Parts: sequence; C-alpha cells; structure tokens
Amino acid sequence: MSKPMDQYTWQEIEIGGVLTEPGNAREYNTGDWRSQHPVWTKSRCIKCGVCWTVCPEAGISEEPGGYFDMNMYCKGCGICAKECVTGCIAMVPEEE
Amino acid sequence: MAHRVGMEVSIAVSHAVQMARAEAIAAYPITPQTHIVEHLSSMVANGELEAEFLNVESEHSAMSACIGMSASGARTYTATSSQGLALMYEILFIASAMRFPIVMTVANRALSGPLNIWNDHGDIMAARDIGWIQIFVENGQESYDHTIMAFKIAENHKVLLPTIINMDGFILTHVVEAQEFLEQKQVDKFLPPYHPRFTMDPKRPMTMGAFAMPEMYTEVKYAHQVALTNSYEHILKVWKEYGDLSGRYYHPVERYKTEGAKVLLLIMGSLGEVAEVAVDELREAGEPVGLLKPRLWRPFPFEDLRAAVNGAELVIVCDRALSLGGAAGPVLAEMRSALYPLAEKPAVLGYTVGLGGRDIQPSTFKDIIRLAREELAQGPSQEFHIFGVRG
Repeated sequence: MSKPMDQYTWQEIEIGGVLTEPGNAREYNTGDWRSQHPVWTKSRCIKCGVCWTVCPEAGISEEPGGYFDMNMYCKGCGICAKECVTGCIAMVPEEE
Repeated sequence: MAHRVGMEVSIAVSHAVQMARAEAIAAYPITPQTHIVEHLSSMVANGELEAEFLNVESEHSAMSACIGMSASGARTYTATSSQGLALMYEILFIASAMRFPIVMTVANRALSGPLNIWNDHGDIMAARDIGWIQIFVENGQESYDHTIMAFKIAENHKVLLPTIINMDGFILTHVVEAQEFLEQKQVDKFLPPYHPRFTMDPKRPMTMGAFAMPEMYTEVKYAHQVALTNSYEHILKVWKEYGDLSGRYYHPVERYKTEGAKVLLLIMGSLGEVAEVAVDELREAGEPVGLLKPRLWRPFPFEDLRAAVNGAELVIVCDRALSLGGAAGPVLAEMRSALYPLAEKPAVLGYTVGLGGRDIQPSTFKDIIRLAREELAQGPSQEFHIFGVRG
C-alpha cells in the first residue's frame, strides 16, 4: 500500500477490498503491537541460533557477525528469552 | 423465436440457469427449493449443462463454495430456502463484501420454530441486511425472466453484487404454469460470457478477503452502500433491454389500477396476483382502490414509492414477515420511513398476512381494506396488525 491506511478515502479502495499488489503483508509491521521486546547481551551470546529457531513469527534475523536481533515483526512474546541457552536475552518493556 | 412451455416453475428456473450457461453450482437440497437444484444436478450429470455441480454437506458450505468458485471466475449459481438461508447467514455478508456476482434463488419459506415448510417471507427478511441485490417475483414467467436478468445485473462491472431472486415457496416453486422461454441464441446475445474483474490467477497474484482495520472498515462498508444504491440504474437498464427482447417490461414498483386510487394495497411476491382480483372486484363496485407491488427490495426504491403513493389517502402494507417486538413488519417499517419526509402523505397502516402458508383469498384483502378504513376513521389502535389471528 502506498500510504497509511487511515489516509484512504472510500473511492480509493478497490472493489471488494481486493489488494492487487502481492506481498504487501511485509509492509505491515506487526511488531508495533508488542508491549515488550528482547534485548541481547552480546558478551554472553554463543551465536547458537536457538532464539532464531524457536521464534514463531520469523521476528528474529541473523545480523552480520553471526549475532541475532529482532526485526519489525517481533511481537514480544518472549519465547526466545525463555529458551536462550545462556540466558543472554532479556525482555524489556516498550516504554523504557 | 420465443416459445411457450407448460412446466413446473422450479424446473423452468433450472432451465433459465442452464440457458444462462452457469458454470459453477453448489447447493444443498431443502424444501421447497429442491426441484431447482435436483434438475440442475441432472442436467450436469447428463451433459446438458457444462458446469461444475458441487455437492456439499450444508448450506454454509454451499455459499462458501460459491464464493470460491466465483473467485475463480466462474458464473456461479445456488438456491436455498428458510433454514438453509439461515445456515448460510455469516457467509452471505462475505459474498457481497467481496463483490462476487453469485445469483441465488430463495424459495421463500417460514423459519422454524415452530417447524413449518410453507410460504412466507420470514427467511429473506431475517437476511435483509446482507448487502445483496434482492428482487421479488410474482409468477413463473417472472421467475424465469429474472433468473436470466440477475446474472447480467450482478456481473456488470459497475455493479458486481450478488443477487437474490425471491420466489414464494410452493405457491410458485411447485406450480405448473405456461411460460415463454427465450431461444438459446437470444439468451447468449443478451448475456455474454462472464468476465471477472478480478480472479485467481497465479500470473497475477492478489489478495481477496483481506481484513480491514478500524481505520479502513468504515470506508469499505460505505463503498458497498454506494455500490448497492447505484446498482439501481443498472438494474433498470438490464430490465429495459430484456423488455425490448421479450416484450415483458419490469419496474421497481409495479402498479395495478392505481389511477385515481385513494386506497392502495401494497404487497410483495405471488400474493400480488390474489390482491389484483380483490382490486378488480372493488373497482367494479366503484371503489377507488389500487395495488402497489414492489419488485426491488434492495436497493429499496424510495423515490418510486414516494411517487406511486401520490394522491392516495391510505396505504395498507401487507407484510409477509414479522419483526417481533418491533414497530412493524419489515416492509411497513421501510414504507413509513420512505414517506416520513413528505409534507403531504397518506396514512400508512400495516396488516401482516399469510404467515407460514396461511391461505389468502381475494376476500382477505377486501376484509383488510374494510378494517383499515375503520381504523383510519377511529385512529390507529396499534402499530400494526396480524390479520386473521384467532382469539
């Protein structure tokens, strides 16, 4: 979609609400729902990738150097922090 | 050219669907709709209709399958009645919101409970707000004609709305009537193959049925409302074109002997013909009585009805359904709403008739006119009446 949803008029909506542009779900940053997010302490990270493996939403990406970080689809569920082998992931409230 | 056949109306409707070259049908049998889909199933099995006939386990599945088949670009038809329509309920809104031009016959029947298989309009009135075009027919010929026309209306890219043809269960579905069929080549010329605006094509991927956040939902619904309201002019164009082809012209509100009428009966569906007999007899006795038969229920023809009641002192709306605990039957409520803004308007009284197949004779309408006149003289005693209730 070429502009935010709250700027579309009724005339601009395609018949039946059809989205003719494929793959635009990636533009929808589901991460903005979250109330908390994971923070990695790199000094304790062993780059095992368990966090990446267990994430149910593909919300974690591998960074250059082999470390991991969240992306804009992270919903803040905390599974990565729970499953991290070395306990290097902390869940931090969004407000902070 | 056109030829006349004597045929059960349900079977004639199945022939109309065949002549419209429907490509996809999903249906579940229910009295009194059964004969329509039974014959379509036979036609497909016998190779007389080149279509996919999908047997499903419920009406909920039937409408879901129709949406899928319509999304694939097929000319899609189904039929149901009463409990079947009720079981489709949640999917009916999705079909219209996604703007799939599915055509459906509803063989109108009372809703349970108590269990009752006979005719009234309780089923469609419970599904009044589904966002479909809704048309009522009065006899077999109209059932045939409007089935063919419905595809042309629904599939117009300026309309793209599913369309229901309401035909009274048993009174129409199970009656043998002389009807005039068009020739196949006439139908083919009138109704060219369906070209979907959007379809499921791997070469042109798109999303159908996406969700709408609070920022978007209101705009999508408004677009639907505008589309349904604006379908009016396209419906009239199709009816005119078909009239030129067949000699049978249809209007949003059919008028019968309304010239100079001071009292107007108003009813939708097959009982219009019964009411005509009552009007004939009263006119012969010198009474200024006429009849209005709205054909288009959605979009509701506000202006046509306002014009049609001009000069009348009393309009008597004969609903075939109830809005329990409410102010009036659905048609009465709509009529009062339509006439409310007029500075000069007739009194509008309501007598609900023919619930669950209760027999209605011409004398019934004469009784109703007499009661309504008395009520008008004395002042309305209640919001509406159910005619003929004992006790």
